[in-house]
Amino acid sequence: MTGKTLYDKIWDAHVAHEAEDGTCLLYIDRHLVHEVTSPQAFEGLRMAGRKVRAPEKTIAVPDHNVPTTLDREEGIKNEESRIQVEALDTNAKEFGINYYPVDDIRQGIVHIVGPEQGWTLPGMTVVCGDSHTATHGAFGALAHGIGTSEVEHVLATQTLIQKKSKNMKVEITGKLSPGVTAKDITLAVIGKTGTAGGTGYVIEYCGEAIRDLSMEGRMTVCNMAIEGGARAGLIAPDETTFEYVKGRPHAPKGAQWEAALNWWKTLYTDEDAVFDKVVTLKGEDIAPVVTWGTSPEDVLPITGVVPSPEDFTGGKVDAARRSLEYMGLKPGTPLSEVAIDAVFIGSCTNGRIEDLRAAAEIVKGKKIAEGVRGMVVPGSGLVRAQAEEEGLAEIFEAAGFEWRLAGCSMCLAMNPDQLAPGERCASTSNRNFEGRQGFKGRTHLMSPAMAAAAAINGKLTDVREVM
Amino acid sequence: MDKFTTLTGIAAPLPLINVDTDMIIPKQFLKTIKRSGLGVNLFDEMRYDSDGNEVEDFVLNKPAHRDAKILVSGDNFGCGSSREHAPWAIKDFGISCVIAPSFADIFFNNCFKNGILPIALPQEDVDKLMDDAERGSNAIITVDLESQTITGPDGGEIHFEVDAFKKHCLLNGLDDIGLTLEKVASIDVFEEKAAQARPWV
Ligand code: SF4
Repeated sequence: MTGKTLYDKIWDAHVAHEAEDGTCLLYIDRHLVHEVTSPQAFEGLRMAGRKVRAPEKTIAVPDHNVPTTLDREEGIKNEESRIQVEALDTNAKEFGINYYPVDDIRQGIVHIVGPEQGWTLPGMTVVCGDSHTATHGAFGALAHGIGTSEVEHVLATQTLIQKKSKNMKVEITGKLSPGVTAKDITLAVIGKTGTAGGTGYVIEYCGEAIRDLSMEGRMTVCNMAIEGGARAGLIAPDETTFEYVKGRPHAPKGAQWEAALNWWKTLYTDEDAVFDKVVTLKGEDIAPVVTWGTSPEDVLPITGVVPSPEDFTGGKVDAARRSLEYMGLKPGTPLSEVAIDAVFIGSCTNGRIEDLRAAAEIVKGKKIAEGVRGMVVPGSGLVRAQAEEEGLAEIFEAAGFEWRLAGCSMCLAMNPDQLAPGERCASTSNRNFEGRQGFKGRTHLMSPAMAAAAAINGKLTDVREVM
Repeated sequence: MDKFTTLTGIAAPLPLINVDTDMIIPKQFLKTIKRSGLGVNLFDEMRYDSDGNEVEDFVLNKPAHRDAKILVSGDNFGCGSSREHAPWAIKDFGISCVIAPSFADIFFNNCFKNGILPIALPQEDVDKLMDDAERGSNAIITVDLESQTITGPDGGEIHFEVDAFKKHCLLNGLDDIGLTLEKVASIDVFEEKAAQARPWV
């Protein structure tokens, strides 16, 4: 018998029922809930007279709609957003699930709150009605996004109807060069595999460059597994993971900790396990990258030039033409000459303390370029508090950034934080889709350090030049 | 859930790759707490200009395609956000079948929960159907789930694959939760064993 992958091991430990055709009921250890994709699910439960099967394993936090301005305690002004957040309040109370309301310092983006509070642990199955649930894979947890019908299914049954995906390995060998971060790794991988390259697979990221990353960096990498089409991204837990988890409010303690640790240490891919697909990148070959188009696969090193539609083949020719028109870019323009109007530092991809430190390091003692609007939105109230304690908030404010409260903010612009039509943004979020950050807004994805450098220079910038 | 057995109607061509769920239903329409009423905002930012007027040459605004029941599109359809508002909007508009060379995983699953049949076909079959779709009401297409065939306007048949369990649920309009609750004994047993093996969870 051949060995098992990490994915195989977690999967096998969670199959509650398997039908003859391989359709399984996968038991779910943690169910995270936010206000946008859950109201219809709770309503469905109510209409059918059903309960939440495991409220103690269910965690809710409002994040997508919440204002991030300091006046938010006065209430949400947009009526629809307010109704959605109020619906989550009501549902959390009525069904007795764990809840972090807007005025709780622990509130934040659901994928930042889960790990921060120790809800996410190695070897777990984690789902949320949100595609970036992949983030939690950084702990060696099988984590993926689901739709609202599936949210209702998990609430009612604590299981999900699933068929097993295939195994894919993404190995990043060697060391990263200075100025290159987890964000560059994950974008470079999507640039190589395309946004559908991972469809049908669960990706395990491995190799020296991955091992060297902090938990924050690993979360950034796994966060964007979905942008590569994969159902989930995984990184085997190790000392870095255990160190991060230890002592968190919902992490096991005492004898339970020892028992957990024993199991967690078995969570790795066996030497003789077979992957269905393997992609390898050399850490040394990865440069600081930015996106130029409207798909996360439109990735180029910052030293590159805007491509021409003729550089592509098949359906991508038209797609590139459309992207360039939308983005207002001319082929052949050096990327480092593209002027920006706004900078957004935040999101579940890059809204953690380490991201803010990296950005602050670049910004320190400098000012945002004239005419550029900059916004820093910490991923959670606790990240915000820590950044204030470390003096990062002061650095950002002195440079001219707005220092905001926690939430999704301009990552998807459901709250008032939006780009105006035609505005160009250097963003640390994960999607550069048309209209994502505001109607006709233009998004370039990059790392926090690169976004900070762009803010200072007023144009896309190679961070290595300002380090 | 609505059953899906056979569907006969006009197909609308949308020859774009990577059609993401932000395009299908932009975020400003995710603030609803209902499942219905999203059809008018399907493809909103492509379908209407900034004054809210219809963009004439967008396919679903053309007289020949306004009543489409089938959508034919490019690779990686439905990528991006997990929002089930995307299939809700498609269904509410009146489309219950999407045909493309490939689909993003979450969107694909979400379709089946809403009585929509997503069909993945080889590129050459999609190209053929895309041509038929261009002809609008002059090219009626029939999709038969039971026999897994698509019949084009010229009588040509294309076979498609579908997961047996998902087919069964669609044909009979079965509610997943109801089906799973029939297996609640297995879940109880699993939960007990897991509580022993991993008490910290
Ligand atoms: S930060 Fe952005 S990607 Fe992350 S959960 Fe919020 S909206 Fe989604």
